Amino acid sequence: MSLVAVKPSPPSNDKRWKIVDATMRRHGHEPRALIETLHTVQETFGYLDDQALRYVALSLRTPLSKVYGVATFYHFFTLKPQGEHACVVCMGTACYIKGAPQLLEAIGQKYGIKPGQTTADNRLSLLTARCVGSCGLAPAVVFDGEVVGRLDKSDTLARIEKLICAKPAEVQHDT
Amino acid sequence: MTRPSVPKPAGVAQPQVVTLRIDGRDVSARSDETILSVARQNRIDIPTLCYLDGLSGWGACRLCLVDIKGTPKLLPACVTLVREGMEVTTDSPRLQKYRRMVLELLFSERNHVCSVCVSNGKCELQAMAQRLGMTHVSLPYRYPRLEFDSSNDLFRMDHNRCILCTRCVRVCDEIEGAHTWDCRGRGIETRIISDLNEPWGESSTCTRCGKCVNVCPTGALSQKGTAVAEMTKRVTFLPYLTLMRNSDEP
Ligand code: FES
Ligand code: FES
Repeated sequence: MSLVAVKPSPPSNDKRWKIVDATMRRHGHEPRALIETLHTVQETFGYLDDQALRYVALSLRTPLSKVYGVATFYHFFTLKPQGEHACVVCMGTACYIKGAPQLLEAIGQKYGIKPGQTTADNRLSLLTARCVGSCGLAPAVVFDGEVVGRLDKSDTLARIEKLICAKPAEVQHDT
Repeated sequence: MTRPSVPKPAGVAQPQVVTLRIDGRDVSARSDETILSVARQNRIDIPTLCYLDGLSGWGACRLCLVDIKGTPKLLPACVTLVREGMEVTTDSPRLQKYRRMVLELLFSERNHVCSVCVSNGKCELQAMAQRLGMTHVSLPYRYPRLEFDSSNDLFRMDHNRCILCTRCVRVCDEIEGAHTWDCRGRGIETRIISDLNEPWGESSTCTRCGKCVNVCPTGALSQKGTAVAEMTKRVTFLPYLTLMRNSDEP
């Protein structure tokens, strides 16, 4: 009995899949390339949707549920599309003690979003992380990839205002 | 989730024979055996919940914690390999206290309402609580709002009663080979999921074999059409399948 393994084709002809394919090829399409590949998808698409997870799972011959498990275990990965700007509040131990929950609350009150959500106008996504590695700067927040530490409520809100009033994020992908 | 969790001793090609002491008894064992299996071979029973003969060890429930002389931490017997000269204690007031605490945590974490459970009277969690003399739960119950998946035409999944032992995940992966189940998220948010967190009934990988239902220690996975206390699980297939498969090996 033999079944011929068919190589799955990308979910769309979006050129960004080539980047994802390149990562998988570099690792010989081995199942252990899973995290590396999900990283690439996250970085090129900004989030991991079902079709991306399905494609990666089939390409790396890894069970769907396992791929979903890995994608939800690590805080780095997001399954929902992100807004134009992302604000990641660190909820690691150090930041938690130094007042990260209050920052979250302040942001939540002002923009009406909970962690993991994006504002209705799609300008801002609020996310949390477990220790971003800057405990000395607690509480730390990552604004569009830039880590800023020792923040209080008003600094944080001011930074976000600046962020979303600036031009839409510089990362533009040709689709 | 990745497997297997029982580490192989590095660089040892052939398992050696080691001698150790369990509860004051001198026993000998192969160096690739776990404390749990050696203890049980010597009729010393250590309480377990997530462990199931025929599946890989996982170390999820921590009920099998034992005391090893010279080690400050308590270690799970189901995933700890024996070593030469080890001195293991499997029962003590301290261990009993921790085991009861583990059970209390399990009971307080989700909605284990035995009186309305399909597995009432046949539940391993309930039986373990009785066996270890857990009389009450001293922690506040969390009463989380959890889902119930009845989309499968034969079985149902009640997350309220799941203790995340991962037996279903392992039997589906290791014995059935489908790996429909896995865990999503982490910590208190962890849930058993099928495929991409899809309704079980819509799963493209599930073969509807029912192995997961039969190895589930509680009423989390059950057969449709069963009412309170009507769900009986059959696990005899597991030693049988393991035996048949091992006989194939050279
Ligand atoms: S706890 Fe926030 S950076 Fe470590
Ligand atoms: S039986 Fe060892 S940790 Fe559950």
